[in-house]
Amino acid sequence: MSVTDLIYSLSWSQPELWVAAFALAGVVIGVYVKDAGAGLLSLAGAAVFVVAGALAFLFQPSEPQAVFGGAMVVDGFAGVAKAMIAFAAAATLLLGADFFGKRREQRFEFPLMTALAVLGMFVMVSASDLITLYVGLELQSLAAYVLAAWRRDEARSSEAGLKYFVLGAIASGLVLFGCSYIYGFTGGAIAFADIAAHVEAGAGGVGLLFGLVLLLCGLAFKVSAAPFHMWTPDVYEGAPTPVTALFAAAPKLAALALIARLLYGPFAGMADQWGQVVAALSAISMAWGAIAALLQTNIKRLMAYSSVANMGFALMPLASGTVAGVEAALVYMAIYLPTTIGVFALILAMRKDGEATESIEDLAGLAQRRTLMAALFTVLFFSLGGIPPLAGFWGKWVVFLAALEGGLVWLAVVGAVAAVVAAAYYLRIIATVWFKPPEAALQTPTAVALTTALVGAAMPFPILVLGLGWLERWAQAAVIASF
Amino acid sequence: MEGLPWLSIITFLPAAGALLILATRAALPGANPGYDNGVRVIALVVTLATFALNLVALTHFDPTNPDFQLVERVPWALGVEYHMGVDSLGMVLMLLTTFLMPICILASKSIEKQVASYMTLFLILETLMLGVFCALDIAVFYIFFEGGLIPMFILIGVWGGARRVYAAFKFFLYTLLGSILMLVAIIFMTTTAGTTSIPALMEHSFAKEAQTWLWLAFFASFAVKLPMWPVHTWLPDAHVEAPTAGSVVLAAILLKMGGYGFLRFSLPMFPDASALFTPFMFSLSVVAIIYTSLVAWRQTDIKKLIAYSSVAHMGFVTLGIFSGTEQGVQGAIFQMLSHGFISGALFLCVGVVYDRMHTREISFYGGLVHRMPVYAAVFMLFTLANVGLPGLSGFPGEILSLYGAFQASAWFAVAATIGVILAPVYGLSLYRRVAFGTLDNPKLADIADLNAREWIIFVPLALATLILGLSPMLALDFTQATAETIVSAYRAALGAP
Repeated sequence: MSVTDLIYSLSWSQPELWVAAFALAGVVIGVYVKDAGAGLLSLAGAAVFVVAGALAFLFQPSEPQAVFGGAMVVDGFAGVAKAMIAFAAAATLLLGADFFGKRREQRFEFPLMTALAVLGMFVMVSASDLITLYVGLELQSLAAYVLAAWRRDEARSSEAGLKYFVLGAIASGLVLFGCSYIYGFTGGAIAFADIAAHVEAGAGGVGLLFGLVLLLCGLAFKVSAAPFHMWTPDVYEGAPTPVTALFAAAPKLAALALIARLLYGPFAGMADQWGQVVAALSAISMAWGAIAALLQTNIKRLMAYSSVANMGFALMPLASGTVAGVEAALVYMAIYLPTTIGVFALILAMRKDGEATESIEDLAGLAQRRTLMAALFTVLFFSLGGIPPLAGFWGKWVVFLAALEGGLVWLAVVGAVAAVVAAAYYLRIIATVWFKPPEAALQTPTAVALTTALVGAAMPFPILVLGLGWLERWAQAAVIASF
Repeated sequence: MEGLPWLSIITFLPAAGALLILATRAALPGANPGYDNGVRVIALVVTLATFALNLVALTHFDPTNPDFQLVERVPWALGVEYHMGVDSLGMVLMLLTTFLMPICILASKSIEKQVASYMTLFLILETLMLGVFCALDIAVFYIFFEGGLIPMFILIGVWGGARRVYAAFKFFLYTLLGSILMLVAIIFMTTTAGTTSIPALMEHSFAKEAQTWLWLAFFASFAVKLPMWPVHTWLPDAHVEAPTAGSVVLAAILLKMGGYGFLRFSLPMFPDASALFTPFMFSLSVVAIIYTSLVAWRQTDIKKLIAYSSVAHMGFVTLGIFSGTEQGVQGAIFQMLSHGFISGALFLCVGVVYDRMHTREISFYGGLVHRMPVYAAVFMLFTLANVGLPGLSGFPGEILSLYGAFQASAWFAVAATIGVILAPVYGLSLYRRVAFGTLDNPKLADIADLNAREWIIFVPLALATLILGLSPMLALDFTQATAETIVSAYRAALGAP
């Protein structure tokens, strides 16, 4: 690669460069400021994420740009996905700084590990060959394993980290194994473009399909789609809540974007085959996520199953095999991300006797003590449940629309029934908040948590409802320019 | 004045009132009686203003014109438009809603906990209900239709009776299951017809095969909402456990969304399927009329009895609608309107004694006429209206529905007429057990008659019942053009004369 190519590539990779520079500089600075500077470093990290996200969003190329010798691609789809990842990560980083700061547990590595995870996600959504795909995936995963075990003195947190690592390693193994099949049956193709050529030519046969399915299984693990979701409840419960908030938002979008890029890029010619796999993943996730959440008493575990169900909905439009499906998935995630971060901010705001509480029972009678928090719970959970007039409804609308346009009526009906079951447990939370007599009084939430929850709740209603046309336009523009 | 977006103003005025209450709440923390009364006044003024504006909008509305009027149309997103407009069917139900809401606010005097939240939710509910009747975009319609579940769920669950949590869940999940299938159907229609505009969808003719499925999906939603036998079981629970004003809103307005839906969607958009399912609908209606009347007769709880009688009365609505005749449709619309006044008033009657004695057991009462003569007279009026006494508003709707049904199928009409006999059986026996007899229960010795607030509540309802009963043409003329259009389009689609 010539110098001009390198400069050209770097100029298109500014979001990545900002985040990487922050992570590397942060290590050096951290050695000097020690843990006392963790708060400031987190603020700086959030600012860098916002800058990176804004750069990714504002400077989208009109044509997909292959950079680093075709290892990565910069296009509108990647730009939009990176912006969403960066903003979500910035919000969770602020929540984390607040959470650890209040407990005097801050360590300067926290913003740095988050930054590495974000960098990994950026690489994932821009991946344009199998090696980059794997590198991005691993960078994000390894940082995430560390973050999950962040409170290493606590058994649950260590358990979460270990579980996540072991199961994640298996998933990574599946991805690699799948890649090796694809490599072998395409006669040594690594770049997505080369694989696409083989797929178009109809070469590769069953071996290629086998590789693709293995690859999909590994990625399904990352988006925690059932039946590859087993790690989700334990990790969500065990990891510190701000970390869970991060896991619930940004990596899901990154992995989903990667799935979309893979299926609609190199494997577009095999839509008939993978359509069934994705539809099955979607149906099982929606159904199991809804049913299993019914019995949870811990709100973080409940959110884990809720995310399984929501990923099922996000996968539904991808199963249709139409480009409109990718657009629908993007819109769905754009509504889902702020809502879920808002929920986790509210969970962080739940404190009793100076300790964080995660039990749904402790929300009893919140409406009588803290009406604002009760109202936020109501808006966020009804939005997650897809009840109009909240934006969550529009998420369901675009997803069902894409599925029906792709002729997947059965999948839409499964989704509809699952949505009713899911409503039952969202209702349970709202019922606890409103209907039960107040028992334990929750303490005043921290300003950061409450503000984040407020912003999170303002997104599903009214901002995204009024800004729906805008959301639709940029999702459309991003997808049309990229696929 | 002509160009004002009347429907949006009327629809969103209550929501603006809700925001106002929220703002005062943020400014004046802490509940105290003075603040609570202030909130009540705000809610009352807002609902009265909404009614007044609705009357003003009525002057800009021409009932002889069967087209949608006062139309507003703004593009929104995802191919959906913010599209509002009414014909006389929508207008009548909007008037019913705005008329009843101030009464509901007045009837909520006995609510003492979390008054600000209660009034906020009530006003939001009014906005959502009004939106249902004037939305002309099917997605917007769904938003209003479904969104009403949220405030109603919380209203039942927080301010309801002993089994309120169970009732709230049952209400929500039952209705959601029905309507989410409708959502899938709506999206399917959007993809095949390529539009979400209701007038355009009425013009579109769907394939027969598709119509059957779409009809069933809409049926799932409207049958639960109306409710029809056998998916009515949420209703007795929800009605009984809801606070008085909540029961009034449920019976008088929310149930009408089912009938409205059949008239607005099922009949015009899926005529072939409607014709196919007519015997099915007739059977369910007749079963509802007879079976729920019998069930009502055996109730020991006053509210439950009235709740079952609502199911029976809704049976006449579906009977009229699916007769596919002008008389039937006119009767169904009239029945919906009149049932709104009567059932609302009956629930308010229960509320009067419940506020005083905190029980709804029929056996607890007896001989109320001795202590509460005015109340007994009011209760009598509405009971008689409920059983369909000629001269009161319950009668024209029933007779027209039956007349329409008779043209479609004599046997079903004969069977349904038996229900007309059963209504006095349970209605009058309830009245006898509550009002007549000797006043045995010592706890009733000091029960007071209607106070001024309750007078204000009942007078408009009594007047409405009498006026509609004595001069039904007032309402029938108003809705005639719309009913004619619906029926002629339906018949034309079926190829019938």
